Amino acid sequence: MYTQALNQKDSGPPAGAPEDAERLARFEARVAADDKIEPNDWMPAAYRRTLTRQISQHAHSEIVGMLPEGNWITRAPSLRRKAALLAKVQDEGGHGLYLYAAAETLGTSREQLVDQLLSGKAKYSSIFNYPTLTWADIGAIGWLVDGAAIMNQIPLCRTSFGPYARAMVRICKEESFHQRQGYEIMLTLCRGTPAQKAMAQDALNRWWWPALMMFGPPDAESAHTDQSMRWRIKRFTNDELRQQFVDATVPQGHYLGLTFPDPKLRFDEASGHWQFGEIDWEEFRQVLAGNGPCNRERIEARRAAHADGVWVREAALAHAAKRRARKAAAQQLAAE
Amino acid sequence: MPEAHMPVWEVFIRARAGLAHRHAGSVHAPDAEMALQAARDTYTRRGEGLSIWVVPSAAITASDPVDKGSLFEPTADKIYRHPTFYEVPDEVGHM
Repeated sequence: MYTQALNQKDSGPPAGAPEDAERLARFEARVAADDKIEPNDWMPAAYRRTLTRQISQHAHSEIVGMLPEGNWITRAPSLRRKAALLAKVQDEGGHGLYLYAAAETLGTSREQLVDQLLSGKAKYSSIFNYPTLTWADIGAIGWLVDGAAIMNQIPLCRTSFGPYARAMVRICKEESFHQRQGYEIMLTLCRGTPAQKAMAQDALNRWWWPALMMFGPPDAESAHTDQSMRWRIKRFTNDELRQQFVDATVPQGHYLGLTFPDPKLRFDEASGHWQFGEIDWEEFRQVLAGNGPCNRERIEARRAAHADGVWVREAALAHAAKRRARKAAAQQLAAE
Repeated sequence: MPEAHMPVWEVFIRARAGLAHRHAGSVHAPDAEMALQAARDTYTRRGEGLSIWVVPSAAITASDPVDKGSLFEPTADKIYRHPTFYEVPDEVGHM
Protein backbone atom coordinates (compact mmCIF):
# COMPACT_ATOMS: atom_id res chain seq x y z
CA MET A 1 0.00 0.00 0.00
CA TYR A 2 1.40 3.38 0.92
CA THR A 3 4.17 1.37 2.56
CA GLN A 4 4.83 -1.21 -0.14
CA ALA A 5 8.59 -0.91 0.06
CA LEU A 6 8.56 -2.61 3.44
CA ASN A 7 9.80 -5.60 1.58
CA GLN A 8 13.26 -4.13 1.61
CA LYS A 9 15.67 -5.98 3.83
CA ASP A 10 15.62 -4.91 7.45
CA SER A 11 19.22 -3.94 8.09
CA GLY A 12 19.10 -4.06 11.89
CA PRO A 13 19.61 -7.04 14.17
CA PRO A 14 16.96 -9.74 13.80
CA ALA A 15 13.83 -9.53 15.87
CA GLY A 16 14.01 -11.22 19.21
CA ALA A 17 17.82 -11.24 19.23
CA PRO A 18 19.45 -11.02 22.63
CA GLU A 19 17.00 -8.42 23.85
CA ASP A 20 15.58 -8.95 27.24
CA ALA A 21 13.71 -12.24 26.73
CA GLU A 22 11.30 -11.64 29.59
CA ARG A 23 10.37 -8.15 28.39
CA LEU A 24 9.98 -9.45 24.85
CA ALA A 25 7.62 -12.18 26.04
CA ARG A 26 5.57 -9.62 27.97
CA PHE A 27 5.45 -7.37 24.91
CA GLU A 28 4.34 -10.21 22.63
CA ALA A 29 1.63 -11.18 25.11
CA ARG A 30 0.32 -7.62 25.33
CA VAL A 31 0.15 -7.31 21.54
CA ALA A 32 -1.51 -10.72 21.23
CA ALA A 33 -4.15 -9.55 23.73
CA ASP A 34 -4.83 -6.50 21.51
CA ASP A 35 -3.37 -4.14 24.07
CA LYS A 36 -2.06 -0.92 22.49
CA ILE A 37 1.63 -0.04 22.65
CA GLU A 38 2.40 3.60 23.51
CA PRO A 39 5.60 5.54 22.76
CA ASN A 40 7.13 5.28 26.24
CA ASP A 41 6.45 1.56 26.56
CA TRP A 42 9.27 -0.90 26.08
CA MET A 43 9.25 -2.37 22.57
CA PRO A 44 11.62 -4.59 20.59
CA ALA A 45 14.06 -2.61 18.43
CA ALA A 46 12.76 -4.32 15.29
CA TYR A 47 9.18 -3.26 16.11
CA ARG A 48 10.35 0.34 16.51
CA ARG A 49 12.29 0.21 13.23
CA THR A 50 9.48 -1.44 11.27
CA LEU A 51 6.94 1.07 12.51
CA THR A 52 9.18 4.08 11.97
CA ARG A 53 9.68 2.91 8.41
CA GLN A 54 6.04 2.09 7.79
CA ILE A 55 4.59 5.28 9.30
CA SER A 56 7.15 7.55 7.65
CA GLN A 57 6.65 5.88 4.24
CA HIS A 58 2.96 6.41 4.72
CA ALA A 59 3.58 10.09 5.57
CA HIS A 60 5.89 10.55 2.57
CA SER A 61 3.20 9.02 0.34
CA GLU A 62 0.63 11.54 1.56
CA ILE A 63 3.01 14.43 0.91
CA VAL A 64 4.16 13.25 -2.53
CA GLY A 65 0.53 12.36 -3.27
CA MET A 66 -0.30 16.07 -3.25
CA LEU A 67 1.71 16.54 -6.45
CA PRO A 68 -0.22 14.58 -9.12
CA GLU A 69 -3.50 16.18 -8.03
CA GLY A 70 -2.03 19.61 -7.42
CA ASN A 71 -1.25 19.51 -11.14
CA TRP A 72 -4.97 20.07 -11.88
CA ILE A 73 -6.01 22.64 -9.27
CA THR A 74 -5.60 25.62 -11.60
CA ARG A 75 -7.36 23.77 -14.44
CA ALA A 76 -10.34 22.28 -12.59
CA PRO A 77 -13.42 22.62 -14.82
CA SER A 78 -15.56 24.56 -12.31
CA LEU A 79 -15.24 26.50 -9.07
CA ARG A 80 -17.01 23.66 -7.22
CA ARG A 81 -14.48 21.11 -8.51
CA LYS A 82 -11.62 23.45 -7.76
CA ALA A 83 -12.70 24.07 -4.16
CA ALA A 84 -13.14 20.32 -3.60
CA LEU A 85 -9.76 19.45 -5.10
CA LEU A 86 -8.03 22.14 -3.05
CA ALA A 87 -9.64 20.77 0.11
CA LYS A 88 -8.62 17.23 -0.81
CA VAL A 89 -5.00 18.17 -1.48
CA GLN A 90 -4.94 20.14 1.78
CA ASP A 91 -6.21 17.01 3.55
CA GLU A 92 -3.35 14.95 2.08
CA GLY A 93 -0.94 17.49 3.53
CA GLY A 94 -2.69 17.22 6.89
CA HIS A 95 -2.55 13.42 6.76
CA GLY A 96 1.17 13.58 6.11
CA LEU A 97 1.58 15.80 9.18
CA TYR A 98 -0.47 13.53 11.49
CA LEU A 99 1.65 10.61 10.36
CA TYR A 100 5.00 12.39 10.72
CA ALA A 101 3.94 13.31 14.27
CA ALA A 102 3.11 9.64 14.99
CA ALA A 103 6.48 8.50 13.56
CA GLU A 104 8.34 11.09 15.63
CA THR A 105 7.02 9.56 18.86
CA LEU A 106 9.27 6.58 18.04
CA GLY A 107 12.36 8.78 18.36
CA THR A 108 13.22 9.98 14.85
CA SER A 109 13.01 13.75 14.32
CA ARG A 110 10.91 15.44 11.64
CA GLU A 111 14.07 16.82 10.07
CA GLN A 112 15.55 13.31 9.75
CA LEU A 113 12.34 11.91 8.28
CA VAL A 114 12.09 14.65 5.66
CA ASP A 115 15.76 14.24 4.85
CA GLN A 116 15.24 10.51 4.24
CA LEU A 117 12.57 11.34 1.65
CA LEU A 118 14.57 14.05 -0.10
CA SER A 119 17.77 11.99 -0.22
CA GLY A 120 15.88 9.10 -1.80
CA LYS A 121 16.64 6.82 1.13
CA ALA A 122 12.99 6.44 2.09
CA LYS A 123 10.32 5.16 -0.27
CA TYR A 124 6.78 6.29 -0.92
CA SER A 125 3.91 4.58 -2.73
CA SER A 126 4.58 3.60 -6.35
CA ILE A 127 1.20 5.02 -7.40
CA PHE A 128 2.33 8.65 -7.17
CA ASN A 129 4.95 8.15 -9.86
CA TYR A 130 2.33 8.04 -12.57
CA PRO A 131 1.33 11.24 -14.42
CA THR A 132 -2.09 12.94 -14.34
CA LEU A 133 -2.64 13.53 -18.05
CA THR A 134 -6.31 14.57 -18.13
CA TRP A 135 -9.00 15.85 -15.77
CA ALA A 136 -10.46 12.33 -15.68
CA ASP A 137 -7.29 11.23 -13.88
CA ILE A 138 -8.42 13.30 -10.90
CA GLY A 139 -11.65 11.29 -10.87
CA ALA A 140 -9.80 8.00 -11.25
CA ILE A 141 -7.36 8.86 -8.44
CA GLY A 142 -10.14 9.74 -6.00
CA TRP A 143 -12.17 6.68 -6.87
CA LEU A 144 -9.40 4.08 -7.25
CA VAL A 145 -6.33 5.35 -5.40
CA ASP A 146 -8.22 6.71 -2.40
CA GLY A 147 -10.52 3.70 -2.56
CA ALA A 148 -7.52 1.38 -2.33
CA ALA A 149 -6.04 3.50 0.43
CA ILE A 150 -9.24 3.28 2.49
CA MET A 151 -9.27 -0.52 2.09
CA ASN A 152 -5.82 -0.60 3.63
CA GLN A 153 -6.31 2.11 6.21
CA ILE A 154 -9.49 0.92 7.91
CA PRO A 155 -7.75 -2.11 9.46
CA LEU A 156 -4.82 0.16 10.39
CA CYS A 157 -7.18 2.01 12.76
CA ARG A 158 -6.74 -1.08 14.98
CA THR A 159 -2.98 -1.38 14.54
CA SER A 160 -1.04 -2.12 17.72
CA PHE A 161 0.87 1.18 18.02
CA GLY A 162 -1.40 3.76 19.65
CA PRO A 163 -0.27 6.98 17.91
CA TYR A 164 -0.44 5.31 14.47
CA ALA A 165 -3.91 3.90 15.15
CA ARG A 166 -5.19 7.29 16.37
CA ALA A 167 -3.78 9.07 13.30
CA MET A 168 -5.47 6.49 11.08
CA VAL A 169 -8.86 7.02 12.74
CA ARG A 170 -8.65 10.71 11.93
CA ILE A 171 -7.45 10.03 8.38
CA CYS A 172 -10.18 7.48 7.63
CA LYS A 173 -12.88 9.94 8.73
CA GLU A 174 -11.59 12.44 6.17
CA GLU A 175 -10.76 10.00 3.39
CA SER A 176 -14.25 8.93 2.39
CA PHE A 177 -14.97 12.40 1.00
CA HIS A 178 -11.97 11.89 -1.29
CA GLN A 179 -13.27 8.70 -2.80
CA ARG A 180 -16.78 10.04 -3.27
CA GLN A 181 -15.60 13.23 -4.97
CA GLY A 182 -13.51 11.10 -7.35
CA TYR A 183 -16.39 8.79 -8.20
CA GLU A 184 -18.66 11.78 -8.77
CA ILE A 185 -16.17 13.20 -11.29
CA MET A 186 -16.15 9.83 -13.10
CA LEU A 187 -19.95 9.65 -13.04
CA THR A 188 -20.29 13.17 -14.47
CA LEU A 189 -17.85 12.37 -17.28
CA CYS A 190 -19.59 9.07 -18.04
CA ARG A 191 -22.96 10.82 -18.32
CA GLY A 192 -21.45 13.52 -20.54
CA THR A 193 -20.45 13.56 -24.20
CA PRO A 194 -18.89 10.49 -25.86
CA ALA A 195 -15.53 12.27 -25.72
CA GLN A 196 -15.90 12.83 -21.97
CA LYS A 197 -16.84 9.20 -21.41
CA ALA A 198 -13.85 8.10 -23.50
CA MET A 199 -11.66 10.27 -21.28
CA ALA A 200 -13.00 8.48 -18.18
CA GLN A 201 -12.39 5.09 -19.82
CA ASP A 202 -8.83 6.08 -20.71
CA ALA A 203 -8.16 7.13 -17.10
CA LEU A 204 -9.52 3.81 -15.78
CA ASN A 205 -7.37 1.94 -18.30
CA ARG A 206 -4.24 3.67 -17.10
CA TRP A 207 -4.92 3.66 -13.31
CA TRP A 208 -6.45 0.21 -12.79
CA TRP A 209 -3.27 -1.88 -12.70
CA PRO A 210 -1.18 0.66 -10.77
CA ALA A 211 -4.03 0.82 -8.21
CA LEU A 212 -3.87 -2.97 -7.75
CA MET A 213 -0.10 -2.72 -7.25
CA MET A 214 -0.67 -0.35 -4.34
CA PHE A 215 -1.36 -3.33 -2.08
CA GLY A 216 2.21 -4.48 -2.51
CA PRO A 217 3.72 -7.76 -3.70
CA PRO A 218 1.80 -11.05 -3.51
CA ASP A 219 1.76 -12.70 -0.10
CA ALA A 220 4.16 -15.42 -1.22
CA GLU A 221 6.85 -12.79 -1.85
CA SER A 222 6.04 -10.44 0.99
CA ALA A 223 8.97 -10.72 3.35
CA HIS A 224 7.59 -8.90 6.39
CA THR A 225 3.98 -10.00 6.38
CA ASP A 226 4.28 -12.73 9.05
CA GLN A 227 6.13 -10.57 11.54
CA SER A 228 3.83 -7.58 10.93
CA MET A 229 0.73 -9.73 11.33
CA ARG A 230 2.05 -11.23 14.57
CA TRP A 231 2.79 -7.77 15.94
CA ARG A 232 -0.67 -6.64 14.85
CA ILE A 233 0.84 -3.88 12.75
CA LYS A 234 -0.98 -5.43 9.80
CA ARG A 235 -4.36 -7.10 10.10
CA PHE A 236 -4.84 -8.47 6.58
CA THR A 237 -2.36 -9.66 3.98
CA ASN A 238 -1.67 -7.79 0.73
CA ASP A 239 -3.61 -10.32 -1.34
CA GLU A 240 -6.62 -10.29 0.99
CA LEU A 241 -6.88 -6.50 0.79
CA ARG A 242 -6.36 -6.50 -2.99
CA GLN A 243 -9.21 -8.98 -3.43
CA GLN A 244 -11.50 -6.90 -1.18
CA PHE A 245 -10.70 -3.86 -3.30
CA VAL A 246 -11.41 -5.63 -6.59
CA ASP A 247 -14.69 -7.04 -5.27
CA ALA A 248 -15.84 -3.61 -4.12
CA THR A 249 -14.65 -1.65 -7.15
CA VAL A 250 -15.61 -3.73 -10.19
CA PRO A 251 -19.39 -3.27 -9.74
CA GLN A 252 -18.81 0.48 -9.26
CA GLY A 253 -16.99 0.59 -12.60
CA HIS A 254 -19.75 -1.35 -14.33
CA TYR A 255 -22.30 1.11 -12.93
CA LEU A 256 -20.35 3.85 -14.70
CA GLY A 257 -20.69 1.85 -17.93
CA LEU A 258 -16.92 1.40 -18.14
CA THR A 259 -14.85 -1.69 -18.85
CA PHE A 260 -11.74 -2.84 -17.00
CA PRO A 261 -8.48 -3.35 -18.89
CA ASP A 262 -8.30 -7.01 -17.89
CA PRO A 263 -9.61 -9.72 -20.28
CA LYS A 264 -9.37 -12.29 -17.46
CA LEU A 265 -11.65 -10.36 -15.11
CA ARG A 266 -14.71 -12.53 -14.32
CA PHE A 267 -17.06 -13.17 -11.44
CA ASP A 268 -16.57 -16.54 -9.82
CA GLU A 269 -19.95 -17.75 -8.55
CA ALA A 270 -18.43 -20.46 -6.37
CA SER A 271 -16.20 -18.16 -4.30
CA GLY A 272 -18.28 -15.01 -4.69
CA HIS A 273 -15.15 -13.09 -5.74
CA TRP A 274 -14.04 -11.29 -8.88
CA GLN A 275 -11.07 -13.11 -10.37
CA PHE A 276 -8.50 -10.97 -12.11
CA GLY A 277 -5.47 -11.43 -14.37
CA GLU A 278 -1.77 -11.45 -13.59
CA ILE A 279 -0.27 -8.16 -12.34
CA ASP A 280 2.89 -6.95 -14.08
CA TRP A 281 5.22 -7.13 -11.09
CA GLU A 282 8.20 -6.13 -13.18
CA GLU A 283 6.56 -2.74 -13.75
CA PHE A 284 5.96 -2.47 -9.99
CA ARG A 285 9.62 -3.23 -9.21
CA GLN A 286 10.80 -0.74 -11.81
CA VAL A 287 8.61 2.05 -10.41
CA LEU A 288 9.73 1.32 -6.83
CA ALA A 289 13.34 1.26 -7.97
CA GLY A 290 12.97 4.81 -9.25
CA ASN A 291 12.26 4.13 -12.92
CA GLY A 292 8.57 5.05 -13.07
CA PRO A 293 7.31 7.80 -15.39
CA CYS A 294 7.51 10.58 -12.76
CA ASN A 295 9.92 9.46 -9.99
CA ARG A 296 12.53 12.09 -10.74
CA GLU A 297 10.01 14.86 -11.20
CA ARG A 298 8.31 14.09 -7.87
CA ILE A 299 11.52 14.14 -5.84
CA GLU A 300 12.73 17.27 -7.61
CA ALA A 301 9.44 18.99 -6.77
CA ARG A 302 9.76 18.02 -3.09
CA ARG A 303 13.39 19.15 -2.96
CA ALA A 304 12.52 22.46 -4.56
CA ALA A 305 9.64 23.02 -2.13
CA HIS A 306 11.89 22.24 0.81
CA ALA A 307 14.71 24.48 -0.42
CA ASP A 308 12.32 27.32 -1.25
CA GLY A 309 10.96 27.15 2.29
CA VAL A 310 14.30 27.34 4.10
CA TRP A 311 14.24 31.12 4.45
CA VAL A 312 10.67 31.03 5.76
CA ARG A 313 11.55 28.54 8.50
CA GLU A 314 14.70 30.49 9.39
CA ALA A 315 12.82 33.79 9.47
CA ALA A 316 10.07 32.30 11.65
CA LEU A 317 12.61 30.98 14.15
CA ALA A 318 14.50 34.32 14.16
CA HIS A 319 11.24 36.21 14.68
CA ALA A 320 10.28 33.96 17.59
CA ALA A 321 13.73 34.38 19.16
CA LYS A 322 13.54 38.18 18.81
CA ARG A 323 10.12 38.33 20.44
CA ARG A 324 11.26 36.10 23.29
CA ALA A 325 14.28 38.34 23.87
CA ARG A 326 12.13 41.52 23.85
CA LYS A 327 9.67 40.03 26.27
CA ALA A 328 12.45 38.95 28.61
CA ALA A 329 14.02 42.43 28.48
CA ALA A 330 10.67 44.10 29.21
CA GLN A 331 10.08 41.79 32.18
CA GLN A 332 13.54 42.50 33.54
CA LEU A 333 12.95 46.23 33.19
CA ALA A 334 9.63 45.95 35.00
CA ALA A 335 11.28 43.97 37.80
CA GLU A 336 13.93 46.65 38.23
CA MET B 1 24.65 23.36 7.77
CA PRO B 2 21.77 21.32 9.17
CA GLU B 3 18.55 23.21 9.84
CA ALA B 4 17.73 24.29 13.35
CA HIS B 5 15.26 22.04 15.13
CA MET B 6 11.71 23.34 15.07
CA PRO B 7 10.12 22.97 18.53
CA VAL B 8 7.27 20.46 18.98
CA TRP B 9 3.95 21.41 20.60
CA GLU B 10 1.19 19.15 21.87
CA VAL B 11 -2.27 20.18 20.67
CA PHE B 12 -5.44 19.91 22.79
CA ILE B 13 -8.86 20.71 21.36
CA ARG B 14 -12.21 21.40 23.02
CA ALA B 15 -14.74 19.89 20.61
CA ARG B 16 -17.88 21.40 22.13
CA ALA B 17 -18.82 23.74 24.94
CA GLY B 18 -18.90 21.77 28.17
CA LEU B 19 -16.26 19.22 27.14
CA ALA B 20 -12.66 19.14 28.34
CA HIS B 21 -9.78 19.84 25.97
CA ARG B 22 -8.57 16.55 24.54
CA HIS B 23 -5.20 15.64 23.05
CA ALA B 24 -5.39 15.77 19.24
CA GLY B 25 -1.77 15.42 18.13
CA SER B 26 1.28 17.61 17.76
CA VAL B 27 2.71 20.29 15.49
CA HIS B 28 6.09 21.93 14.88
CA ALA B 29 6.29 25.70 15.22
CA PRO B 30 8.81 28.36 16.29
CA ASP B 31 6.55 29.89 18.96
CA ALA B 32 3.20 29.50 20.68
CA GLU B 33 1.33 31.86 18.38
CA MET B 34 2.45 30.06 15.22
CA ALA B 35 1.79 26.72 16.94
CA LEU B 36 -1.82 27.80 17.44
CA GLN B 37 -2.15 28.69 13.75
CA ALA B 38 -0.55 25.41 12.66
CA ALA B 39 -2.82 23.46 15.05
CA ARG B 40 -5.87 25.20 13.63
CA ASP B 41 -4.89 24.33 10.03
CA THR B 42 -3.85 20.78 10.85
CA TYR B 43 -6.49 19.61 13.32
CA THR B 44 -9.66 21.68 12.76
CA ARG B 45 -10.46 21.65 9.05
CA ARG B 46 -14.02 20.42 9.64
CA GLY B 47 -15.30 22.27 12.64
CA GLU B 48 -13.69 19.87 15.13
CA GLY B 49 -13.13 22.49 17.78
CA LEU B 50 -14.11 25.65 19.63
CA SER B 51 -10.86 26.15 21.48
CA ILE B 52 -7.24 25.04 21.13
CA TRP B 53 -4.44 24.72 23.69
CA VAL B 54 -0.84 24.28 22.61
CA VAL B 55 1.78 23.18 25.13
CA PRO B 56 5.52 22.75 24.50
CA SER B 57 6.07 18.98 24.36
CA ALA B 58 9.18 19.40 26.47
CA ALA B 59 7.07 20.91 29.28
CA ILE B 60 5.08 17.71 29.84
CA THR B 61 6.12 15.45 32.68
CA ALA B 62 4.82 11.93 32.18
CA SER B 63 4.73 8.92 34.49
CA ASP B 64 7.04 6.10 33.48
CA PRO B 65 5.22 2.99 32.17
CA VAL B 66 7.64 0.93 34.26
CA ASP B 67 6.03 2.41 37.40
CA LYS B 68 2.56 1.41 36.29
CA GLY B 69 2.32 -1.35 38.87
CA SER B 70 3.46 0.67 41.87
CA LEU B 71 1.37 3.69 40.85
CA PHE B 72 -1.93 2.15 39.91
CA GLU B 73 -2.21 -1.38 41.26
CA PRO B 74 -2.73 -0.37 44.92
CA THR B 75 -6.22 0.85 44.01
CA ALA B 76 -7.24 -2.50 42.54
CA ASP B 77 -7.95 -4.14 45.93
CA LYS B 78 -9.76 -1.15 47.44
CA ILE B 79 -13.17 -2.22 46.37
CA TYR B 80 -14.72 -0.29 49.30
CA ARG B 81 -14.13 2.83 47.18
CA HIS B 82 -16.94 1.77 44.87
CA PRO B 83 -20.66 2.20 45.62
CA THR B 84 -21.46 -1.45 44.83
CA PHE B 85 -19.38 -2.52 47.86
CA TYR B 86 -22.16 -1.40 50.19
CA GLU B 87 -25.41 -3.26 50.68
CA VAL B 88 -28.63 -1.32 50.76
CA PRO B 89 -31.93 -3.27 51.04
CA ASP B 90 -34.13 -3.18 47.93
CA GLU B 91 -36.99 -1.67 49.94
CA VAL B 92 -34.93 1.48 50.41
CA GLY B 93 -35.07 2.09 46.69
CA HIS B 94 -32.51 3.71 44.44
CA MET B 95 -29.60 5.34 46.23
